[in-house]
Amino acid sequence: MLNNYETVFILTPVLSDVQMKEAVEKFKDLLVQEGAEIVNEELWGLRKLAYPIQKKSTGFYALLQFKGESSLVEKLEVQFRRDERVIRFLTFHMDKFAAEYAEKRKSLKSTKKEGKEK
Amino acid sequence: MATNTPEIRYLNPPTVDTKKKKYCRFKKNGIKYIDYKDPEFLKKFLNEQGKILPRRLTGTSLKYQRKVAQAVKRARHLALLPYVTDMMK
Repeated sequence: MLNNYETVFILTPVLSDVQMKEAVEKFKDLLVQEGAEIVNEELWGLRKLAYPIQKKSTGFYALLQFKGESSLVEKLEVQFRRDERVIRFLTFHMDKFAAEYAEKRKSLKSTKKEGKEK
Repeated sequence: MATNTPEIRYLNPPTVDTKKKKYCRFKKNGIKYIDYKDPEFLKKFLNEQGKILPRRLTGTSLKYQRKVAQAVKRARHLALLPYVTDMMK
């Protein structure tokens, strides 16, 4: 049964932009290989952390929302633990209210983007 | 013998804070899902030290208080909210 998942992870700020993009791509490819369907992807960029993690006070936030099998999450998390660029991750099983909210948020964001581009 | 102190007369009667009926804001405006990703909204449920406010102060119902607590703990894990701080507001 395909469930909705949402995972947010933080990359160390020491990386260059290219490395950050590449890291996010790596996780996206991993998901696609496992047969997941990426619904939404957001890069929040560098943000100040509320408390230092591994002696760093800023982190590069990335959000991946995908639909997939439940066995897939375990594989994803093993990859997160193995990759030392990722300093924190959280995978979240979305119930129907969460999915609705995410849809609303995505449409809201896109309208905002259009507003900016005009 | 304690002299009876002159009866204190206030200009207007001291207003004991009338007990305004607390309501659960989630039930009232129909919020079904509390997002752990926007710390601004969650800060309304934390005190200065960053601790979660009890239900008796915020008036939220038990079902939504659990969701708020869950969301706050997730936000703390992701360093969107601090575990403990001072003068956060």
